[in-house]
Amino acid sequence: MANFSKSNVPQFSVDIYQNEFLPEGGREVNAIVTVTSTGGGTTGGLPLATHGPGDVPGSPAGAPGAAVVIMVDCSGSMDYPPTKMRSAREATAAAIDTIRDGVAFAVVAGTHQAKEVYPANGGLAVADPATRHQAKEALRRLGSGGGTAIGSWLRLANRLLSTAEVSIRHGILLTDGRNEHEKPEQLRAALESCAGRFTCDARGVGTDWEVKELTGIASALLGTVDIVADPSGLEADFRRMMETAMGKEVADVALRVWTPQGAEIQYVKQVAPTVEDLTARRTEAGPRAGDYPTGSWGDESRDYHVNVVVPAAGVGQEMLAARISLVLPQPDGTPRVLGQGLVRALWTDDMAASTRINPQVAHYTGQAELAQVIQQGLEARKQGDLDSATAKLGRAVQLASASGNDDTAKLLAKVVDVVDAVTGTVRLKARVADADEMTLETRSTKTVRVKK
Amino acid sequence: MPHETVCPECSEPLEPDDKFCGVCGADLSAPRQPDAYELAPPDPAAVPEPPGGEPESYELAPPGRDTDTLPFGLGTADLPRARITDPRLDPSAGGPSASSPRCVACGMGDVDPDGYCEHCGHAQPRPRDHQEQELDGVAAVTDRGLRHHRNEDAFALATTALPDGTPAVVAVVCDGVSSAYRPDDASEAAAGTASGSLARSLARGARPEEAMRDALLVAAQAVTDLAAETPEEEARRHHNAPACTCVSAITSGKTFTVGWIGDSRAYWIPDDRSAPASRLTEDDSWAERMVSMGLMTQAEAYADERAHAITGWLGADAVELDPHTASFEPDEPGVVVVCTDGLWNYAESAAELASVVPEDARTRPLHCARTLVGVAIDGGGHDNITVAVLPFPAA
Ligand SMILES: [Zn+2]
Ligand SMILES: [Zn+2]
Repeated sequence: MANFSKSNVPQFSVDIYQNEFLPEGGREVNAIVTVTSTGGGTTGGLPLATHGPGDVPGSPAGAPGAAVVIMVDCSGSMDYPPTKMRSAREATAAAIDTIRDGVAFAVVAGTHQAKEVYPANGGLAVADPATRHQAKEALRRLGSGGGTAIGSWLRLANRLLSTAEVSIRHGILLTDGRNEHEKPEQLRAALESCAGRFTCDARGVGTDWEVKELTGIASALLGTVDIVADPSGLEADFRRMMETAMGKEVADVALRVWTPQGAEIQYVKQVAPTVEDLTARRTEAGPRAGDYPTGSWGDESRDYHVNVVVPAAGVGQEMLAARISLVLPQPDGTPRVLGQGLVRALWTDDMAASTRINPQVAHYTGQAELAQVIQQGLEARKQGDLDSATAKLGRAVQLASASGNDDTAKLLAKVVDVVDAVTGTVRLKARVADADEMTLETRSTKTVRVKK
Repeated sequence: MPHETVCPECSEPLEPDDKFCGVCGADLSAPRQPDAYELAPPDPAAVPEPPGGEPESYELAPPGRDTDTLPFGLGTADLPRARITDPRLDPSAGGPSASSPRCVACGMGDVDPDGYCEHCGHAQPRPRDHQEQELDGVAAVTDRGLRHHRNEDAFALATTALPDGTPAVVAVVCDGVSSAYRPDDASEAAAGTASGSLARSLARGARPEEAMRDALLVAAQAVTDLAAETPEEEARRHHNAPACTCVSAITSGKTFTVGWIGDSRAYWIPDDRSAPASRLTEDDSWAERMVSMGLMTQAEAYADERAHAITGWLGADAVELDPHTASFEPDEPGVVVVCTDGLWNYAESAAELASVVPEDARTRPLHCARTLVGVAIDGGGHDNITVAVLPFPAA
C-alpha cells in the first residue's frame, strides 16, 4: 500500500561510553548507552526512513495513533480535605484540555471497583472541542465514596485502551490511598496483564498512599511516579504529564542486547532520568540476544548501564562484548532496528589504559548507589535502626553532593541535618514531615547526568 | 670500465652497452668491490658502535624457503591470530556462502558487517592488520604484531621518474602515536600524503632533500587537519590530537635520501656484510636528546622509562616541526631498511639489524621485509611492525 504521509517515528541515536580496555585476564565490561530520539513527526526532524511496514497501524496521516485513559481515585478518603477531590477534578479537566485532537481518550473513576465516567460506552471518545467539553461536564458527576482497588482500575483501562487501533496507549493514575480493597496478588496479576499493553504514569496525592505500591505500578508499566503532596499542585502536574504523553511518537521500543557466546549479562539498568533495573525483564530475542522493554518515546534522551562479563581473551585481542540496538516490533513480527551501538573489549598490557574508569560509568554507578542508600536508609529509619539509617543517608548526602544531584541533596536535607556533605557526616532529624520522607523515597531514583 | 658479459647479480647474459640488467635491474656501471665506502651520517656520535655482532645467534628463515609462505606466524593453532589478510576476501575461509565468511577464532559464527563474529564476538582480521606491497625497487610489509588490537602503523610506496628520466623510488613509513586518538588515521594520512608529495616533487625536478622537507611538512599538515575534523565530544574525551612519526626514503640514481620526524628509523645495510651497516636517522626521542646533549650515556638514557618518549611528531599538538633529512652516496650496493620501532626494538643497532637481514635482501626485498617482520613477531611482536626495503642502487 502506498503511503506518502510523513513518518512519525523519530530518529534514534545510540552513543556508547566505556573504557574498552581490559587488563590481561579481565572480563567485566561496563558501558553507558545514551539513547536519544529526535525528530519524528512533531518537530520537523528528518523521518527515520521512507515509508513502509514501519508505519503505525491505524494512525491518521501525520499523527501517531494514541489513546489515553485517566484513572481518578474517587474513594471516600478523597473527601478529606475537601480540596482534594476538587483539585483532582480540576487537574483532570486540565489534562483533558491538553489532549490533542484525534487522540482517543476516556476517564475512569476508581474506588473498590472501576467505573467508566466518560464516554461511558465501553470504549473511547476521540478528542475534539465537543468531546473535551462533554468529558469535563462528566467530571462534575464525580463523587467520592468506597474503597481502593487499583488493579481493577488498571484492568478497565486496559480493556478500554485495547478497543483503539493505535500504537501508543497510555494511562494516568491518581490515588490518595493504599490499595486496601484487593490483595497484593490481585494488583500484581493486573500489572502482569497490563505490562506491555500500555504505559502508565502514577501520582500519589497527599501522604496516605504507599510509595512502594505506586513506584511498583509505574515501574511495571514503564511510566513515571511522583508525589503531589499539596493537591493544589495537581493541575500543573497533570497538564505536564499529558503533554509528555502527547509527545510520544513511538511505542514498545525495546533495548536489544546481543552478547557473545559464554558472556553473562550482570545487569541492564536505565540510569537516567531515573534508575530502573531492567535485568529481570529480559525476553529472549534470537541467539544470544534479549530484549529489555523501554516503553514509548518522544523527543527525549535516556541512559542505560550495561554490565557484561565476557570470556577472557589474550592481550591484543578485540571482542564485541555487546551489540546494543533499539528495536521496534513490526506488525509482521520482524523487528525494525532504530539505532545501534557497539560495546567493545580490547585486552591490553597498558595498565594506564586498562585501569582508567570511564567518567560516565563512574557517575552512574554512583547515582545507582545513591538511589539504593536512600531507600535502605529510609527503611532502616522506619525499622528504628538509627545507626544504619545515619550511615546510609550520610553516604547518600555525600554521593548527591559529589555528583551535583542538587534536587536529591535538597530532599535529603529535609530528613537529615548535614554536618559535612563531603565526608557524608549527618544527623537524623528528630521530626520529619511525612511529605518530606515520602518525597525523598519517591524521587530517590532520580538521577542527574554527568557534569560537562 | 671492463664490460661484463653476464649480470653480476643474476647471471643474465648482457649486451655490451647495457647500463642496467634487463632482468633484475642491477646497475652495471656500479663498481662491485668498492675499496672505500663513505656514509655521511647525520651525526656520527649518534650511530651506535657495532657491538661486534654475533649473527649466528639470530635465527633466519631458511633462504630457500617458498616465498609464498610467510616466514612467521605459522602457529595456526593460535586461531585468533591466524594471519589472513582479510578473510572476507579469502574464499578458503569457508562458510555457507561467499557473503558470510566464518569466524577465524571459533570457526562457528558468521562475521557480521562490523567485522565481529556473531557467535564468539571476536574481531576478525582487518585489512590493515597485515599488508604487503612490492613495486619495482621497493617492497614493504606492515603487521599488527601480537600485543596490539589494531595496526596503527602505515606505509606508502611510489615510483616515479626525475625530469631526466632517472627512475626514483619512494617509501614512507609512519607510526601512529597510541596516546593520541585516531593514531591509525594519522599514520595513514601522513604516509599517503608524504608519498604523493614526494613523487610529485621529484617528477617536477625538486632536489631530493627539498622534496623530503616539503613532504614531511604537508604530511604534518594532513595529520593536523585530522584534529579539526574530529567531533568536539570525541576530542574532549581524549587528550592528544592525532599524531604520528614519519620516515621516508628516496632512492634515485647513485644517491638515496632519508627524511624523518619522530623515532621511526632508516638503516643502511651493505651487501657486503663485512662492511659496516649504519643507522641513518637520529630519533626525536627523550633518550637521544639526553645523549646528544651530553647529559647521559646511551646506556643510561635507554634504561630510563622515558627513553622512548618522542620529542618530535606530526600532528596538531607538535611544538615545532623540524624535518630532518640526509643524503648518501654509497659506492657499493645494499639495501635501505626503513622501519618503525616495532622492528628496531628487536634489532636496535645497525649491526644487529644487519645480522637479521637476509643475504639476498637486495634482490628479494619483499622477502626481506617479511623476514624482518618475522624477527619482530618471533621476538614478541609487542608493537605494530612496519618495514620497507629499498634496494640500492635503484633499478
Ligand atoms: Zn640481473
Ligand atoms: Zn567466532
